Amino acid sequence: MADMQPSLDTEAAESQRWAGIYKLLDRSSLIHPKFEPVPEIKEFVKSAKILVIGAGGLGCEILKNLALTGFKDIHVIDMDTIDVSNLNRQFLFRRADVGSPKAVTAAAFVNKRVQGVTVTPHYCKIQDKDEDFYREFAIIICGLDSIEARRWINATLVGMVDPEDPDTLKPLIDGGTEGFKGQARVILPGMSSCYECSMDMLSKPTGFPLCTIANTPRLPEHCIEWASVLEWPNQHGERKMDTDDPKDIQWLYETALARAKQYNIQGVTYSLTQGVVKNIIPAIAATNAIIAASCCNEAFKIATTSAKYLDNYMMYSGNDSVYTYTFQHQKKDDCPVCGQSTTKLEFRGDKTLEELMDYLKEKPDAQMKKPSFSLGGKPLYMQAPKQLEEALRPNLSKPLAELFSSGDEISVTDSTLPFSLQLQIDFV
Amino acid sequence: MIKIWSMKKDNAGVDKKKPKVSAAQIRVQKDLGELELPKTMKMTFPVPEDLLNFELEISPDEAFYAGGTFKFSFAVNGNYPHDPPKVKCLQKIYHPNIQADGNICLNILREDWKPVLTLNSVMVGLQYLLLEPNADDPLNKEAAEDLRSNRRNFEANVHKSIRGGSVNGVQYDNVMTK
Repeated sequence: MADMQPSLDTEAAESQRWAGIYKLLDRSSLIHPKFEPVPEIKEFVKSAKILVIGAGGLGCEILKNLALTGFKDIHVIDMDTIDVSNLNRQFLFRRADVGSPKAVTAAAFVNKRVQGVTVTPHYCKIQDKDEDFYREFAIIICGLDSIEARRWINATLVGMVDPEDPDTLKPLIDGGTEGFKGQARVILPGMSSCYECSMDMLSKPTGFPLCTIANTPRLPEHCIEWASVLEWPNQHGERKMDTDDPKDIQWLYETALARAKQYNIQGVTYSLTQGVVKNIIPAIAATNAIIAASCCNEAFKIATTSAKYLDNYMMYSGNDSVYTYTFQHQKKDDCPVCGQSTTKLEFRGDKTLEELMDYLKEKPDAQMKKPSFSLGGKPLYMQAPKQLEEALRPNLSKPLAELFSSGDEISVTDSTLPFSLQLQIDFV
Repeated sequence: MIKIWSMKKDNAGVDKKKPKVSAAQIRVQKDLGELELPKTMKMTFPVPEDLLNFELEISPDEAFYAGGTFKFSFAVNGNYPHDPPKVKCLQKIYHPNIQADGNICLNILREDWKPVLTLNSVMVGLQYLLLEPNADDPLNKEAAEDLRSNRRNFEANVHKSIRGGSVNGVQYDNVMTK
């Protein structure tokens, strides 16, 4: 075993082990003329804390790639447990692992297999962790399948950026796949276009008109939607459908099948039922491998500066051939997450909310007409609708110090603003 | 590790920090704060701090459903405006496009939803559905058939149903404005 050997040999063994990587780090680079091959870079790769979000199809690939690239302090977070259908492509899991947490199993596998690497699992939702947790990492790589989770981590990382403190900016590398298509992108929160900036690029989820489902089904999908949207609540009342429970899927399948028979529609199967209600697009192992490779490449480039990193969006399509297209996605000025700047305002705490409102209306660079205010998602004052306005009107005559604390940020919306203004108010 | 900060000069700096509120919440605040509800609509907030769940009452002043007050629940999720709000009719009413259990067939609530639409668009859509029931997109087939074959008869049925009467053997809620 390597750890039984004298240290000189260990060092030689290390050199040999990472020979491929060191070829990139020991020599100056043709691609990146400014790159200086200093030893600190190798040390940084070993010591940098990298967070992998998601331990599924992409996550398994990413963890494997990072560990074999020389990153040694890797964390992985995933809230899911292993399903038997994952085993064809999520290669860190075995049959006996079905039902176990993905993060824990993946970490244990890599720890055992790749000597010297420590993968720390976090079996929870990303939302369960706070900014202090995310602040610890150098780079964050996402292999997620949910838009909602991506929006959350994106907004959290953008929100963490403190212009005074470079360490608060965490490069986010986001990978995503859907069938034969995928994308990898590098997001420098607050500087480059963020995930929210590109929300309009998402294809909208396919829905069917409710009336078609209810009365004129033509496709097997219509029958399945009918079973899940209309018949489920009829039969089960308040009980929510659990799309991970085979019993519920079986019920949907049988219900949809009966309806399909009635309308002479072919093609309702158990797996189609599962696919429709879980919105499943078949996962392709090769797509995951390609996108994960790109993500880890970017992590390596950012960590070592040995080559220029992706700026900032690479899309891949394997539908007809192997095709990639790389472009710079533009930051959106009116992006609700990264577009608006926080404005600081000094105001007396004994002045009322109404006085603040009047001030904003008169302030030449604010130019607001009818601003509404909220604090942490809770309304302080709303111009409309009437019922809300009346309920909140008493707040207008309260001093600010009674409504929030000095340094708090309130969200201001107004018809004149494209989106919203985050206003940090310091009492003086 | 790249020195991201040193690139700031080409980038005009990092703007922005701390969105403690979700994009969905801010968007709802904007949608609601700019609402100009017609006299026929009224909103209620069961929990005033919660802008994401509320009810809307529509009291049409003309057409088939004049005289009634129709209640709808709105539930906005964290993915708004990518996802449409979930809207249900809270009463059992006789309407071609509204099911007895509250499901509504309105294109912008499902297949035609776009993030540029607002809560106001949905409210206008609901009001339109009450003014102009559509026999071509039925959820309540019998009501649609009544509307198509005999408008006069349909009108009489609506008149009866919104007062709590039965139509085609189904009893509906009394939704007359108090």
